[in-house]
Amino acid sequence: MKEVAYYPGCSLKDTAKGFEDSAIQVSSDLGVRLKEIDRWNCCGTVYSLTDDNLMKQLGPIRNMIRARDEGFDQLYTLCSMCDNTLKRSNYLIQNDDDKRDKINNFMDQENDYSGEIEVKHYLQLLRDELGWERVREQVSNPLEGINVAPYYGCMLTRPKEIGLADPHNPTVFDELIESLGGTPVDFPYESECCGSYNTVDNQEVVLEKTRTITGGATRSGADLIITACPLCQFNLDTRQAELLKATPNHDPVPVIYFTQLMAVAFDRPRVNKFEEHAIDPRKVLKIENKVASKR
Amino acid sequence: MNEKTEVETVEIFIMGKRYEVPKGLTIMKAMEYSGYQYVRGVGCRGGFCGACATIYRLEGDYKLHTDLACQTTVQDGMYLTQLPFTPAGREQYDLEELEVDNNPLLDLYPELARCVSCNTCSKSCPQDLEVMDFVNEAIRGNIKEVAELSFDCIQCGLCAARCPAEIPHHHVAQLARRIYGRYQAPESEHLEKRVKEIANGQFDDELEELVNLPKEELEERYENREIEE
Amino acid sequence: MQLNNADRELIDKIEELSGENVFSCYQCGKCSAGCPFTEEMDLLPNQVIRKVQMGDVSVLQSETPWICASCLSCEVDCPKGNNVPAIMEAIREISLRENVDKVELKDLKTRGLPEIALVSNFRKKTS
Repeated sequence: MKEVAYYPGCSLKDTAKGFEDSAIQVSSDLGVRLKEIDRWNCCGTVYSLTDDNLMKQLGPIRNMIRARDEGFDQLYTLCSMCDNTLKRSNYLIQNDDDKRDKINNFMDQENDYSGEIEVKHYLQLLRDELGWERVREQVSNPLEGINVAPYYGCMLTRPKEIGLADPHNPTVFDELIESLGGTPVDFPYESECCGSYNTVDNQEVVLEKTRTITGGATRSGADLIITACPLCQFNLDTRQAELLKATPNHDPVPVIYFTQLMAVAFDRPRVNKFEEHAIDPRKVLKIENKVASKR
Repeated sequence: MNEKTEVETVEIFIMGKRYEVPKGLTIMKAMEYSGYQYVRGVGCRGGFCGACATIYRLEGDYKLHTDLACQTTVQDGMYLTQLPFTPAGREQYDLEELEVDNNPLLDLYPELARCVSCNTCSKSCPQDLEVMDFVNEAIRGNIKEVAELSFDCIQCGLCAARCPAEIPHHHVAQLARRIYGRYQAPESEHLEKRVKEIANGQFDDELEELVNLPKEELEERYENREIEE
Repeated sequence: MQLNNADRELIDKIEELSGENVFSCYQCGKCSAGCPFTEEMDLLPNQVIRKVQMGDVSVLQSETPWICASCLSCEVDCPKGNNVPAIMEAIREISLRENVDKVELKDLKTRGLPEIALVSNFRKKTS
């Protein structure tokens, strides 16, 4: 079994447990073991854009140091915010010698780091290492007739230096959906921000974006939306439930992680913790009666 | 012994004022030797109570060191001051009312989310705890891990004094240990059994006997008590 | 028109914090055309840049930088390759570095919010 170093990030240990559990399950089905690195800390979730304050780079960089010191040269992520922050901090270290030296100098309890780790998203493992054919071979419950809206959000594809797909026309989710036997839906808001952390102090902004994005998906014929971001998932799922209370004629659409969709196609629906979702995806995925299935 | 013995001394600076004190004293004893009298900022004198947090620098060294005054011996060229108390918000909570499945640590202390993982807290801990690690476990709601990693915390507050994110680590950790003890740690069977025995009056006669013992006999029994190795 | 020293001060500070050349922007407006939050903003992203170019300190009072979520849609669209979100962050930082937080933790209802939301919000909106 292939083993890769894995950085979960905080959400996957708490509010997005279904994301992690499904990823571990489908990886195992694909012959990959996700080895969680021994000690890791919060990546910071948002990359610091200030040129003179390197403090906020310490968190992400320390994780790369830990992975490197454990003997790995690649580090895989699932959460797109972690992926983005780690990749951009890594890019900074690789391309700015002055800042790299300052950071190494400050982190005097760690071994020096100069960008030896390659940070990769799990989607890159599927697309570039394993290949879609390998994914297809594992499908025992093809998602026939299920229309899936690929929601890339911001962090998987932007900025260009670290994005894993063309920011204007990403296709990796579409390829995944097809490999699972489902139908990708062309949907105008696939890369539009959900309002992100404004959900804490400016919910109106997020509710409005939730209305636009989920409404756009259903109008395009989507049965559900997939994402790689625990914050998008929270906003589009939990906030959508609030939207539904205020606007009863809103047509709800479930929002799930791409690995959960894989688990359904691999006939492993129970790992998904769908019961914790605000908008229940089990009906559209036709697995309502599968909860008791033996797998 | 009438001869005077030469005592080797070191030069230290307490709040900027120079003193010469015998080598080998703890910071606490050196301060008392220098004429300071502790009213607060002292407790067990044994490294357990966390009351005597001290910060110091050594001449020619840029690092700010943190330690307990009762546990650290003075060094030549030590510039020190006491930091016996760090103001740090402690939330009010009723342990019985907490929603323990909903990350109560982050709920009561949302400032945890301001952590930048700079590791200054771990570097400042006189108990050598991995403070940053348990703060990170707290963010992701892993109460058991916080309780275990912080088990030896003595609440000195030095981490909270140095944290750029202004997190009260020691109060968060204390809450985690309380939740762990109340809701998650396995019940101690022996304790439960003993509590029942006490409640059933099994030791009432023995206790009654002790209470009525004359002081001298009580002292004698104390001196000769059985001590488990 | 001529910029006086006070105007320059703002421009210099923002360029220093963001690492961007604010005069590289030629006001084509593509950032604002693609921005998903313009309806909520008091100034369009390109107007924010324009005010910075003029050294107009009233830009520091705008709500726009606080609504900007660094989604980078403008950054990938900018024909000049300008990092508009970095300029927004510089404007936020000028306020935050006065030790004035945009969100008051004690007034926020944080119960039930995932850690990912709190961490990102506090990184952008507290000092």
